[in-house]
Amino acid sequence: MPKAILYDSTLCIGCKACEGACAERWGLPYNDRVAAEERISAHKLTAVETHGDKFSRRLCMNCLQPACASVCPVGALQKTALGPVVYDASRCMGCRYCMQACPFQVPSYEWDKRLPKMRKCDMCFERQSAGKLTACAEACPVGATKNGNREELVAEAQQRIAEKPGQYYPKVYGLNEVGGTSVLYLSAVPFEQIGLRTNLPNEPLPETTWRVLELVPDIVSTGTVLLGGIWWITNRRTEVAKKEGGR
Amino acid sequence: MPRKFPKITVWRAIFAAIMLSGAYATYLRVMYGLGGSTNLSDKFPWGIWIGFDVMCGVGLAAGGFTLVAMVHIFNVEQYKPVLRPAVLTAFLGYTLVVVGLLYDLGRPDRLWHPLVMWNPHSVMFEVAWCVTLYSTVLFLEFLPVVFEKFGLHKPLAWIHRISVPLMILGVLLSTLHQSSLGTLFLIVPEKLYPLWYTPILPLLFYVSAIGVGLAMTIFESWHSSRAFGRALELPLLASMARVLAVVMSVYLWIRFLDMSHRHVFGLLARNRIETWLFVLEIALVAVPTVLLYQHRIRMQPGKLYACAVMVVFGFIANRLNVGITGLEAGSGVHYVPRWSEVAITLSIVAAGFAIFHTIAKYFPIFEPEMHAQPARGMAEKEADLVAIE
Ligand code: SF4
Ligand code: SF4
Ligand code: SF4
Repeated sequence: MPKAILYDSTLCIGCKACEGACAERWGLPYNDRVAAEERISAHKLTAVETHGDKFSRRLCMNCLQPACASVCPVGALQKTALGPVVYDASRCMGCRYCMQACPFQVPSYEWDKRLPKMRKCDMCFERQSAGKLTACAEACPVGATKNGNREELVAEAQQRIAEKPGQYYPKVYGLNEVGGTSVLYLSAVPFEQIGLRTNLPNEPLPETTWRVLELVPDIVSTGTVLLGGIWWITNRRTEVAKKEGGR
Repeated sequence: MPRKFPKITVWRAIFAAIMLSGAYATYLRVMYGLGGSTNLSDKFPWGIWIGFDVMCGVGLAAGGFTLVAMVHIFNVEQYKPVLRPAVLTAFLGYTLVVVGLLYDLGRPDRLWHPLVMWNPHSVMFEVAWCVTLYSTVLFLEFLPVVFEKFGLHKPLAWIHRISVPLMILGVLLSTLHQSSLGTLFLIVPEKLYPLWYTPILPLLFYVSAIGVGLAMTIFESWHSSRAFGRALELPLLASMARVLAVVMSVYLWIRFLDMSHRHVFGLLARNRIETWLFVLEIALVAVPTVLLYQHRIRMQPGKLYACAVMVVFGFIANRLNVGITGLEAGSGVHYVPRWSEVAITLSIVAAGFAIFHTIAKYFPIFEPEMHAQPARGMAEKEADLVAIE
């Protein structure tokens, strides 16, 4: 059963308990100064943003078909069957293609380190594999961040909208965006007003590059025959070239 | 013997200044990481080391495969005299691209990882493999020059035996990675400005790389003829300029066709920085393309050279637009490279010029008597040597 996180912005009170829990889980320092930073970075893997009187939590969406994992040349990022997109720092060469490719601008880099790593939320993979909740969901005092099976959370989100249509913008963010994500959002206002990108295709992004990459075998085989054939025709006349193999 | 410019001391001073600033920037990069030497950020992870050093570097080195294909596969004998300089530039170009990558990678010590840790779904994985293999091919293609210089006939004969498969492999690898540099950006439809984002980006990258390969060959020939006091191969270059004009016309035609199919011409009415950069980029390609159709312009070395330079700049503008400026609005970041990024890029370019000059001086790159024997290229001479042996 793939897992997910449902974040309901209408319930969030901006207490930032999730931030503290996440920092603790990763062993990152957390104090008032860090709490005041409203964006994710290499030392803050989730952040609560303020948009007027609304809050919005940012974390890795753990996409169902993650662009970051598809572009990583060394396979340092992997989508697990459980849902989380995990990172193996020992493979990472620091090309930062994952950062460029991520439609949610999630991966952060340890810019000031001499041996830097990429960092992002991994939906508490080892906690969830052990049957525990993500640290942020566990810490949330009002149930604004909920962790569970994706299917059930999608149903629950749609039910919340149906029950209180006046309170919700009638869409679940993350249901179809870039093929669906493991983090789902509910909001009272259109999603761009709480800082989410709404110009995303519903097609999974890895498709865009795969469409071209899958042509490679054809290009190689056709190209070999074509170039070999052209060479053979054009060089037949030159005796010396023929004898010496074309040079 | 090579005659030096009177200006050479000025050039040397500039060269030294560039290399010194590059050395200091290198120190910053090593000691303080990417944060201490670049203006990159989480939302703008790629700067000029990717946008220029890698994307332009690989493209500008495309003359190597273009000419190998024309001379050895399509058998256009006429272009043989400029084949070796093109292969040399390509080999140097790729070496310098790798140097640029060593600066840019967060973990340069892991440059080799893609060779053992595979992800065939990654465009960058494919590029890494193609560039590695193609650099090897270029090295082998250049080896005969070294063997010739030292009179090593046996290895020369050996390398000739594998030369045809080698050349075909080189052209294929180039086709793949030149286009794949465009494929890299297909993953960011939401970030790259629609004047540049198109599913046919790989095709556009490929065609423009062929064109700029020719433009670079003209550019180099002009410079080396001045630096080494050789006669310019004008008829040859003029005919190459003709091919260049046709290739770039095809490029522009595909580009506009694609834009009209995607209905993005309306964007040009917007007074945005992207519009102006687009106009600049297209003008830099379109103007020389039109000019080069005229015999009068092709036959004047100065004008021919100016057109080639314009195409090169148009190409660079395109790669920078795709790799940097076209992504700024979509990423919500304004990126201006830090001085140290520029210093390292300039140092790499300057080193490229210096190494080319040195190799061209000591190795048989340019044919001494090509005007006397236009039809007899160096390859036959090599072949004769082998035969004699
Ligand atoms: S949000 Fe970005 S980093 Fe997270 S899984 Fe999706 S593509 Fe990867
Ligand atoms: S920075 Fe690391 S994790 Fe990200 S794509 Fe490159 S190698 Fe993969
Ligand atoms: S799921 Fe875990 S890693 Fe991700 S934001 Fe929550 S606590 Fe942090």
